[in-house]
Amino acid sequence: MVNKSIASAGNKGEKDRSDCFLSLELTGSGGIKIDLISKVKALYGKTILSLCKEVLHFFGIENAIMNVEDKGALPFVMAGRIEAAIRQLIESDKEFLPETIVENQFQTVRDRQRITRLYLPGNTPGLMLNAGIHTPDGIILDLEDAVGINKKYEARFLVRNALHALNFMGAERMVRINQMPGGLDDLDFIIPHNVNLILIPKCESSTHVHLVNDKINAIQKRFGLANPIWLMPIIESAMGVLKALEIAQAAENVVAMAIGLEDYAADIGTQRTMEGTESFFARCQVVNACKAAGIQAIDSVFSDIVDMAGLKENVLRSKALGFDGMGCIHPLQIKVIQDNFAPNEMEIKNAKLVVNAFIEATMNGYGVVSLGNKMIDAPVVKRAQRTIDLAVKSGMLDENWRVFQ
Amino acid sequence: MKKIDKLVTNSMGKRVPSEVNGKPAIPFRGVGKYIPKGQNYGATVASCASFPTDGNKLVGSLKESLVNAGLNNGMTISTHHHFRNGDLIANQIFDIAAEMGFKDLIWFPSASFECNSYLIKYLEDGTIHHIEGSMNGSLGRFTSEGRMKGLGVLRSHGGRYQSVQDGEVHIDIAIIASPTADFFGNANGIDGPASCGSLGFALVDSQYADKVIVITDNLVPFPCVPWQIQGNYVDFVVKVDKIGIPEKIISGTTEITKSPDRLYLAELTARFCEEARIIKDGFSFQSGAGGISLAVSVYFKEIMIRQGIKARFARGGSNKYLVSMLEEGLIDYIIDGQTFDLEGVRSMRENQNHVWSSPFTSYNYHSKGNFAQLVDVVILGATEIDVNFNANVVTHSDGHLLHGIGGWQNCLFSKTVILTVPLFRDRIPVIKDEVTTVCGPGELIDVVITERGIAINPLRKDLIEKTKNSGLPIVSIHELKEMAEKFCGKPASPIFTNVPVAVVKWVDGTILDTIWQVKPSE
Repeated sequence: MVNKSIASAGNKGEKDRSDCFLSLELTGSGGIKIDLISKVKALYGKTILSLCKEVLHFFGIENAIMNVEDKGALPFVMAGRIEAAIRQLIESDKEFLPETIVENQFQTVRDRQRITRLYLPGNTPGLMLNAGIHTPDGIILDLEDAVGINKKYEARFLVRNALHALNFMGAERMVRINQMPGGLDDLDFIIPHNVNLILIPKCESSTHVHLVNDKINAIQKRFGLANPIWLMPIIESAMGVLKALEIAQAAENVVAMAIGLEDYAADIGTQRTMEGTESFFARCQVVNACKAAGIQAIDSVFSDIVDMAGLKENVLRSKALGFDGMGCIHPLQIKVIQDNFAPNEMEIKNAKLVVNAFIEATMNGYGVVSLGNKMIDAPVVKRAQRTIDLAVKSGMLDENWRVFQ
Repeated sequence: MKKIDKLVTNSMGKRVPSEVNGKPAIPFRGVGKYIPKGQNYGATVASCASFPTDGNKLVGSLKESLVNAGLNNGMTISTHHHFRNGDLIANQIFDIAAEMGFKDLIWFPSASFECNSYLIKYLEDGTIHHIEGSMNGSLGRFTSEGRMKGLGVLRSHGGRYQSVQDGEVHIDIAIIASPTADFFGNANGIDGPASCGSLGFALVDSQYADKVIVITDNLVPFPCVPWQIQGNYVDFVVKVDKIGIPEKIISGTTEITKSPDRLYLAELTARFCEEARIIKDGFSFQSGAGGISLAVSVYFKEIMIRQGIKARFARGGSNKYLVSMLEEGLIDYIIDGQTFDLEGVRSMRENQNHVWSSPFTSYNYHSKGNFAQLVDVVILGATEIDVNFNANVVTHSDGHLLHGIGGWQNCLFSKTVILTVPLFRDRIPVIKDEVTTVCGPGELIDVVITERGIAINPLRKDLIEKTKNSGLPIVSIHELKEMAEKFCGKPASPIFTNVPVAVVKWVDGTILDTIWQVKPSE
């Protein structure tokens, strides 16, 4: 990789927006020469040039020719592109990082709601910028299937920078790394940089989980970090399905497990159907493994982004099987998934009774909660509270429902 | 290079020329502050004795009609944009004028489209002196570079009517491309291969121009019914093979956007209107063309069905979504200024409650009221908005002129004006300290809706009150600006020379702002 003298990074297709493409050639003399073509040159021409020079200088490059074709890339995107080009040409441990915005300075808890998680291709900044406004529970920056093989390297810089500078608007910051063992190298670019959760694709054994955790621990130790990093293995093969419980119980920080049905169907030699008969066993197995391990069960994505009726049907089936959430591959799927995983009126009514009974019992100092003549266990209260939270988030219940009742 | 010696400062604090193309001009004085005195402009008296006794005004060709109309150097020629990018007539007129060697013509279109960039060669060779109307796309770029001989004049649809009625613009020859016409000159836009709906933009031309030419590819025996244009105003009728390209007449802007971000903006806008209790039984609304605006109607429809209410009227640009609401009984009337798709044309033809209107009834400010001010809520766009709610629709942040005003300025007199815009486009902030060109004074703009927050003009205390516990993301306009700059960085201002290239007229004919030549980049 380091024997090259010319490298490039970024996208310049007709449909690529908020991105840039640049090529960099290291030269022996002549200083820094930058040729900039930009749709925002009148507004940001000087700023762009000074960013380019700053990054080059940061990596100690004094002589180079750089051509930049800019389509309105935000600074964190452009900096990532420049660094990706530079580090194809020189060996360096340095990282040119954007500032971590205050909105992203939060950690997440273990049993946080994860009904909707929006997948975003890790090398397409145009799709990232507004993802948060659609309020998914999590945003997954994908380094795996959504990134072309020749773009894998530069995507790491973009994803790393996005974890600092992209406003996730409260969504959990998730990254899907590449398949084992290559995916382990992705972790160097992700773990020290403000990620909440790692998705492990094509997970087939507890060993995969341990490999990831060992690497995470080593990196965190090196950087002196102790923030929680959750794991969500994805089961995508017959072997994975059969080892579901082992994987779900593999480590303390596994908080959810997902199933990926496209690859699973291929692995067992069949095709995905709308009815899902071919994956019935696998889905039940994953749900039961998750419940046995006390973690969230997440269903596969629905790949038709136009068929909202089909999606709804799929969600209702998924909820009935015991899943707690589903992946989204388009922002318009988020509302359908959220609304249909949301509790129905009967469920909300019961949950209100349970939560009220619990609050009253606590206020009165009773150690035991009862509803009518039935005793209520702690997990029941917890589930009821989750139902209430879900109902509030789905707009089915006012935030101050106890005041208005 | 033209040189404007005299610049004055108007009430917006903008430097504007006191003379435009040799005629004195009045600087903007404030909304409703300039009250004109005197009489409307009078058209020439005609006599039936000078016209064919059998009423047959057909002539052999477009060229013949132009010669008969007395085409000459320096004349003002008007055309209309009801065929949008599928217009085949405007360019031909100047082909003929150039071939006959005429110079210094003034083109007075109701709007221009990219198909009219063909005319750049005639602006270069002196056939056309300047454009009064709109300079879109390539024509805008050409103007911004300072290459047009005269000063461009940008007017709203209502301002165009006003300027002719007031005698500010004298039309020598009006050419009205008509999807259907009879030999007497009666014409409409609802039938024929190039049907486009309303011909309302041409009304003022028919009433006030010295000579009026109707040109059609669908000549029907008298009577052509309905007569949106009355033959009694018409001098000549020309039959040609084809006046427009149907698939380009129906513009691509009439499909609902698939962009999730834009749909989100449209939904947020509808939610705002619901929370502010603007959507109520018997209300009225207008939303423009373009993805977000169209989608707003769809979300309005959902809310209206859910609440079991209907609207008294909607102002078009009509399209299939509005038509479906009319046909399902959710709207009593569509009052239509221009028709964006074939469903709109069909509805106007078949449905008595789908009424065509003109810039006179809808928008003219120098009249005894107009329809725009009766609309409860209008949803519009903008290229830029400043922290005083002043907005721009004609230039981009790099200083280039790229769009016309359309009905945008006129719609600002609606009871609630909402501008729905993304906070930034790629890296270009939409909310700024100062807009490049002021097209609408902030006092008329009530709400700015972006995907990251909604700013309500402090003048609208009622809206602030109604939405304060709504859960909507209400912020100040300054916060929006800061958010935009946090993403994009603080933008530099475009660099202009001191040469004006065009002026923006306000609805009363005064000059609101100047568009300056963009300094060529090194």
